[in-house]
Amino acid sequence: MSDNRRIATVTQLNNFIKALLDQTPVLSNVWIKGEISNLKLHSSGHIYLTLKDEGAVLRAVMFRSAAGKLGFRPENGMKVLAGGRVAVYERDGGYQLYIENMEAEGQGELYVRFELLKKQLGAEGLFDQARKKPIPRFPCTVGICTSPTGAAVRDIINVLRRRCPSVKAVLYPCLVQGEGASKSVVKAIEYFNAVKGADVLIVGRGGGSIEDLWAFNEEATVRAVAASDIPIISAVGHETDFTICDFAADLRAPTPSAAAELAVPDVADIKRQVGEYRSRLSVRLREKIVGSKRTLELLSARAGKETFLRSLGEKQMSVDRLFDRISGDYKSILEQSQRRLSVEAGRLNALSPLGILERGYSVAMAEGRAVRKLEDVTTGDEIWTTVSDGRIRSIVTDKEGAK
Amino acid sequence: MTVKFEEALKELEITVKKLESGETTLEEAMELFEKGVGLTKECHKLLEAAELKVTQLVGGEELAFDADNMG
Repeated sequence: MSDNRRIATVTQLNNFIKALLDQTPVLSNVWIKGEISNLKLHSSGHIYLTLKDEGAVLRAVMFRSAAGKLGFRPENGMKVLAGGRVAVYERDGGYQLYIENMEAEGQGELYVRFELLKKQLGAEGLFDQARKKPIPRFPCTVGICTSPTGAAVRDIINVLRRRCPSVKAVLYPCLVQGEGASKSVVKAIEYFNAVKGADVLIVGRGGGSIEDLWAFNEEATVRAVAASDIPIISAVGHETDFTICDFAADLRAPTPSAAAELAVPDVADIKRQVGEYRSRLSVRLREKIVGSKRTLELLSARAGKETFLRSLGEKQMSVDRLFDRISGDYKSILEQSQRRLSVEAGRLNALSPLGILERGYSVAMAEGRAVRKLEDVTTGDEIWTTVSDGRIRSIVTDKEGAK
Repeated sequence: MTVKFEEALKELEITVKKLESGETTLEEAMELFEKGVGLTKECHKLLEAAELKVTQLVGGEELAFDADNMG
């Protein structure tokens, strides 16, 4: 069987196409405009991505050696300009762009400068959280570094007037774009610091293109913001505009109006708060008084009853004690008396003349007195002699002395 | 708006909390109340707003700045 077909292996075909592309000079150095998608930052350091526009996609790779020189961090959706060569990747049977250089399209040069400076100052620690100063809650004076003719200053003043009219605002008129703008903003920041002219600074301007906002991406401005002793709120452009000053500032506000809101408290809020404290004081004091009164009533009610019972008990006790004492004394006195009585009775009994008379003695009495001696009587006297059972009357007839 | 205000407000806060702690005698409570009311008045006084004063630095001098009539 004759075979006129040309047969080649896959490898042969891919090699053939590869050779064709390699031999096309224009493909060895092209700049392609597109949007990044399917971005993959590989741990090897290589970057894999797809460039796309409205109609087509192109696979691309950026090897580590080239990726390391990138001045910014690529992201999905970013519009870029990628330069390199187009070649076949035989294994996948596809062609791709081998990127040597890449820049963010449009912003291009400025964008790269932005990223480079941000990286450099970040590495110096200018954006460290530890450096951030707290924004005072109740500033006396707000310093404003912006253009005296822009919308930003008007917005800021309006918000200050609405929220906190007791604050003082001092505007240092600045150029905020074009030649000399950075220098002007730096001067304003330095002025406020030199004279300690404000408690907080608002540094910024309204929205604009990256070129318009550039003064806030210049190294001198960023360093002045970072070096300020007075806390700085940055307020450049709109919500989506980021400048390097935003990173160096103590607080970033999305807009100048928002910066003013962050700089001062809302007096109406504080008045409400003070009013609330005031009413809490009243309520608590009233509660305290009512509570104390109730406690007092309870206590006094209890005290009345208890005191009565206690004093009653005490009286009972003292009555008992007195009774004990009295009855004890009485008993002992009685016993003592009985004892003494029986002793005396014994003695009395012993001394009783009746007993002596029983024993045969008798007592002679003359004129009511016991006769003891001869001289107690004279002859003719009447003598009564008491014996155990009566008396005998005698007349003295003779006296005779004892021998 | 001053540091004095911040201190007064803080003191007021502390006074209210002390009174609310309920660990006070009636006499202490009355004292705290009086102190709190005094602080309230002081806070209000400090908050009583004059017109916002805006000045502009011109040649090192502060001049009144009319925000409504600017370009």
